[in-house]
Amino acid sequence: MSEQNEAVTAGDQTQPPSGVGQKSVGQNRPSVFRRILSGSVGRNLGLVIALVLLGIVGTITAGDRFASVDNLLTIIRFASIIGVISIGLTFVITAGGIDLSVGSVMGLSTVVASLAAVQAAATQSSWILMVLIPLGVGLAAGLVNGIVIAYGNVVAFMATLAMLVAARGLAELISGRRTQIVIETGFLQFTRSDVIGVPLLIWIFLIVAVLAWFLLNRTTFGRRTVAIGGNREATRLAGIRVKRHLVYVYLLSGLTAGIAGIMMLGRTTAGTSTHGGLYELDAIAAVVVGGTLLIGGRGTIVGTVLGVLIFSTLTNVFTQNNLDTSVQQITKGLIIVIAVLLQQRFASRGPSGT
Amino acid sequence: MCYVASMIDDDHSAPLLRVRGITKSFAGVQALQGVDLDVRAAEVHCVLGQNGAGKSTLIKVLSGVHHPDGGVIRWQGDEVTIAHPVAALGMGIATMYQELDVVDGLTIAENIFLGHERAAGGVLKVAEANRAARELLVRLGHGNLSPSTEVGRLSAANKQIVSMARALSHDTKLIIMDEPSAVLDSEEVRNLFRVIRELTAQGVAVVYISHRLEEIRQIGDRITVIKDGRSMAVGLSAQDTPTAELITLMTGRAVANVFPDRVPVPADAPVLIDITGLGLRGQFADVSLSVRAGEIVGLAGLVGSGRSEILETIYGARKATAGQVTVTGSRLTAGSVRAAVHAGIGLAPEERKSQGLILDEQVYRNVTLATFARFARGGFLDERRERQVSLEQMNALELRPADPDRATRTLSGGNQQKVLLARWLVHGTKVLLLDEPTRGVDVGARAEIYALIRRLAAAGTAIILVSSEIEEVIGLADRVLVIGDGEVLSTTDADAIDERGVLDLVMKGAAT
Repeated sequence: MSEQNEAVTAGDQTQPPSGVGQKSVGQNRPSVFRRILSGSVGRNLGLVIALVLLGIVGTITAGDRFASVDNLLTIIRFASIIGVISIGLTFVITAGGIDLSVGSVMGLSTVVASLAAVQAAATQSSWILMVLIPLGVGLAAGLVNGIVIAYGNVVAFMATLAMLVAARGLAELISGRRTQIVIETGFLQFTRSDVIGVPLLIWIFLIVAVLAWFLLNRTTFGRRTVAIGGNREATRLAGIRVKRHLVYVYLLSGLTAGIAGIMMLGRTTAGTSTHGGLYELDAIAAVVVGGTLLIGGRGTIVGTVLGVLIFSTLTNVFTQNNLDTSVQQITKGLIIVIAVLLQQRFASRGPSGT
Repeated sequence: MCYVASMIDDDHSAPLLRVRGITKSFAGVQALQGVDLDVRAAEVHCVLGQNGAGKSTLIKVLSGVHHPDGGVIRWQGDEVTIAHPVAALGMGIATMYQELDVVDGLTIAENIFLGHERAAGGVLKVAEANRAARELLVRLGHGNLSPSTEVGRLSAANKQIVSMARALSHDTKLIIMDEPSAVLDSEEVRNLFRVIRELTAQGVAVVYISHRLEEIRQIGDRITVIKDGRSMAVGLSAQDTPTAELITLMTGRAVANVFPDRVPVPADAPVLIDITGLGLRGQFADVSLSVRAGEIVGLAGLVGSGRSEILETIYGARKATAGQVTVTGSRLTAGSVRAAVHAGIGLAPEERKSQGLILDEQVYRNVTLATFARFARGGFLDERRERQVSLEQMNALELRPADPDRATRTLSGGNQQKVLLARWLVHGTKVLLLDEPTRGVDVGARAEIYALIRRLAAAGTAIILVSSEIEEVIGLADRVLVIGDGEVLSTTDADAIDERGVLDLVMKGAAT
């Protein structure tokens, strides 16, 4: 069904307006198949299959403990925080960059928002303050990252590594390395609420994913992001303000780290500098397994979401069966390698010219 | 030369390499459908063919990268199977690929002996390697290069010498050179030819792949023409075969390899771009010119003369340190590509693949790279309209295949150039800056690009053209500026100057 649709639309698009007719349809046929196989459909199909296989393994080994609505929601809730971070990171990686600071910026945002003074102020005014502050912290970190990378010409890996370390340090400094319990009831009520029986965290994940999909695939912002990752110099010479756009991309990544901070505060009811440790690596893994090219120029939000879900389902299956987390780590490593190997097969992005 | 001639005579009966009926297909696509090739010792054998004719596949079969599906390869009289690249090297067949396969971080000597290092028990014998490397460099007439120099600091031409020295380090009898002149300017090409002559004088055979007919005339002994995976003619004389015949063999149709007639620029045509006193410290100084609607101004000069830098500075890709650029009355901000694009200037850059195109993106996205925001509504893309507009321009420029969704990487050089032209046509560009518009474009498609450039001018575009092929500048432009060492040496009507005149000016400029 969907395959047929794809074929029809692709045919329409490539049909020349005048004349050539029969010949061009004949030429298009293989390219449509190739597009389906090597395009987003094919790659996401692989991820869906992987996810289904994991589900089957989970159902066989853990039975109803795994295959229940409750457990499904647990899996997605577990995926939601890292998912939001990974979605922001997808833009950065698509633009040919990297952001290693996402996890520690998220941690910092939870610390700042849960400071006693902030919570007191929130109680006096509104709990919305505790939503705005993590967003502000994320945007500020993203702005610094973006300016240092785009205008300071510092390699993204190093600039965001510096931010990772510095944000972690700052979070430790202002929290005195203590865990700050969230007592603001309005904020807790908000973040722990359900809408139509589905936890708010999952709604946030869903909404962020849908908005991000539109942003990447249907807007000029998304096109610029892909173009810069594909060929930065050509994009600059086409008259696009590459540096400014890169700042926006890192701002976006900071923003999603801030959103994740809000979610983390709600889920754990605590702010601490240790929140988000090694999240950057989980996020990169999810993005790349999802099919976004680490060198930039091609990104997929659907893939990222599936990537995150695969990892959280994996964790769930292991937990349900009381298996060693070390074995889980090994499996995770295997999945990453296999996914990337498969990707290279499909992407057929061979060396040029030779 | 007498020596060379006698070598050829000696081996006349048994060629060094005899290839018969080679076929090779990839996933159903027949890349080679029967190629014959005879290479004699000590000759330069040119393989001529358009992009996609199968030259690259043939090279890879001979160098052991691909295995042929059918056909026979005889090497020094014996039937052989070339199992893998190392086996080819062992037999004495070395290949220099177009993308130079040297490692920038290693020294010349380390590059030459990469893979067969001079070592004892894993410990490198640096001094011996350097000595052997120097011998090879001297053999190539480049004893001035120090074996301990890092290769990353060498020019493209010298990297090629290193590549050649590496080929020779394997007791090589045949060197295959894939478009070696593509990265060189005319002076460097002359030097390359000298080196090739020295090689053949030592009995080494060279298979020389090129688009450029003029070069083949200069360096080649015999020619094999390939078209659509078949050899159309084997062993033609490089000196005596008429150009028209070669082009017909390559393209399958008769093509006049001439420049289109000039259309006189109307006296009242408005000046679209006016450049006064433009300079970039350390690169060029005091460049002034103005171009009227319908006029083509060519910049001629050697590589390194500052031609490309001038174009890039006009465009704002480099920030001018002096002078100004005015487009239809309004002055541009120095160093702002965006301002230039906005004012109606478009650049088709020298390095099409690295500076112009996003190779893995669809064609329409490359065509609308400068304009997609204009078609968008409230930030939302209108891809339907983008495809439609792209297709209109693709058809107008006869870009083939006319499929906006194809990956840009899969297009030929000429069609990739058209993608860039289409980009600026969609934008409504009034001033086009063309840097090496026919680099990597094969002979058949060149005439088409020339006609296209003329047509754009006739439609009222002002064009500034840079090319390292002087005849191209003279043939296309209305006016020619000769550039040498970052200075305008002369400005003349194209009718009033010829290739020799340009070279004289350049040489004089270099002498003072």
